[in-house]
Amino acid sequence: MPMIEIQGLTKSYRVYQKPEGLWHSVRGLFRRQYRDVHAVRSIDLTVDEGEFVAFLGPNGAGKTTTLKLLSGVITPTEGTARVLGFTPWKRENDYRRRFALVMGQKNQLWWDLPAQESFRLHQQIYAIESSQFDRTLAELVDLLDVAELLGRPVRELSLGERMKMELIAALLHSPDVLFLDEPTIGLDVVAQHNIQSFLRYYQEKRRTTILLTSHYMKDVAALCKRVVIITGGEIMYDGSLAGIIDGFGGQKIVTLLFVDDNVPSDLSRFGEVFDVQPPKMRIRVQRSRVAEVMAAILATYALEDVSVEDPPLEDVIADVFNRASHDNGSGDSTQPNQSSFTARTR
Amino acid sequence: MMARVTTWWTILRICIEERLVYRADFALGTLMRFLPIVTQVFLWGAIFAANGDTRIAGKYDFSDMIAYYLLTMVGRAFSSMPGLASGISLDIREGTIKKYLTQPIDMVGFLLLNRMAHKLVYYSVAIGPFALVFWLCRGYFADGWPEPLVMLAFIATLIMGFLLGFFLEAAIGMIGFWFLEVSSLLFVYMLFNFFCSGHMFPIDILPEFARRIIELLLLPYLAYYPAAIFLGKVPLEEIPFRLSVQAGWLLFFIVFCYYMFHRGVKRYSGFGG
Repeated sequence: MPMIEIQGLTKSYRVYQKPEGLWHSVRGLFRRQYRDVHAVRSIDLTVDEGEFVAFLGPNGAGKTTTLKLLSGVITPTEGTARVLGFTPWKRENDYRRRFALVMGQKNQLWWDLPAQESFRLHQQIYAIESSQFDRTLAELVDLLDVAELLGRPVRELSLGERMKMELIAALLHSPDVLFLDEPTIGLDVVAQHNIQSFLRYYQEKRRTTILLTSHYMKDVAALCKRVVIITGGEIMYDGSLAGIIDGFGGQKIVTLLFVDDNVPSDLSRFGEVFDVQPPKMRIRVQRSRVAEVMAAILATYALEDVSVEDPPLEDVIADVFNRASHDNGSGDSTQPNQSSFTARTR
Repeated sequence: MMARVTTWWTILRICIEERLVYRADFALGTLMRFLPIVTQVFLWGAIFAANGDTRIAGKYDFSDMIAYYLLTMVGRAFSSMPGLASGISLDIREGTIKKYLTQPIDMVGFLLLNRMAHKLVYYSVAIGPFALVFWLCRGYFADGWPEPLVMLAFIATLIMGFLLGFFLEAAIGMIGFWFLEVSSLLFVYMLFNFFCSGHMFPIDILPEFARRIIELLLLPYLAYYPAAIFLGKVPLEEIPFRLSVQAGWLLFFIVFCYYMFHRGVKRYSGFGG
């Protein structure tokens, strides 16, 4: 049985639209304009036990709204969802004891008290048996290397340290499902790497089902085999990370290393020359023309080395988002997504 | 049941610990709470001196008024909930209410324990200055201590006053699910509370028609009736009735508060990212 089943899930908001200026503020006292925002539009999704799924999408795509629906924070406009067999927005205690939600830069711990006090409270709230609590806490503290920070008030911890404490608090009751909303946002590279390593180890060991939203491709590449792309409230892709590049990466990057610094200037006929540092030159070439272009270049020019690689994942994703926004009417989430890139290749 | 009690105790303990973090604020706040009593004593002294020491509405001389005022301070110490409604609406507006929705915890129950911790901490320290003021003003309590049953009724009204004040202001805070900002509504409530609870003056000095209207409200049960019961202003045979009415209001606001919470959560938009 799937851990998460979503059918036709929809969430719409009515949002006050206030034009800029004092006059409109005054006018707003008597007459207001509202706009319907369709944050999530009839999405269907199934997640099996032990999967680590990434939700990608531009800002305002509906990623966090989906997590809030699945964690019961908000109620949908239409549609159904079952997580662990429960309807999330009924907020039954039996469900709330089996999942956790962690939001980056959002603090759920007691601000003025050491994290260990919050952990003790979580033990009671989640009815964690004493020896189990001690074991789990010791393991998590050791994995995240925060033993020396347990007695320090949360307000005195750095963002990365607080995030570690938030993760510990969320995992103390060994949830079956974990929702992570941009857990590494605002963290430095080292802290991001630490969190990634921890999540990878924890998920592999515990087989926890995890849904992760992130704007950092390094998080996604390091942790998730499956990626769901949401734009304009709709799922436009659901499959592997490699599949994104194959499906949406329309170009390849060809790197040419010439025998000397005298690089030719007429290579723009083969593609977009975007980086020239003699004797090296890099060209973006349409995927379908790579073989033809390579044959032509090799036949014409003396090269010391040549390589063909996929564009950086971030570039592909950005291109996908831009195209989806364009098809969506400049990111207007009131309109249905007309993207031609809808692909469910799971 | 034992597990639930342990949970409540842990919540209460942590809330108490939180109150004790900022020592200077804690010390100033608790020790200075008796100062308004002193100013009110001087104010009523001046009023009675200017009016030739007559009885107000034929019921209250200067001693009665001071005794009454001191007792309403006790009543308000139990029933006032500073920051509760505004704190709830702020949690809603900023999204920090999420933790109550995603964790297996009753938000209203949690806030109640938090408020109990707040009262326990502040008044366990402020009881010193309060006791000093009461001792200095002991001469104003002409009739001394009431009989045991009346004393029990007084304590019951204080406890119910605490709970009534909590659920009433929590319900006002829940309006934040609809309006996000409740400060104006709170201002209106505090205005009515100030005059109709008996905090400013005993409501039985008002004209008959005004007194009868105000007695229909719940507000006199927050300050006036505890003081009036202690001072013997409420006839013995009427006390059970007043306790029943107060309990009825309490039950109504417990149900109403939870109703507002459940309805509000259904329309909550999950602000704050």
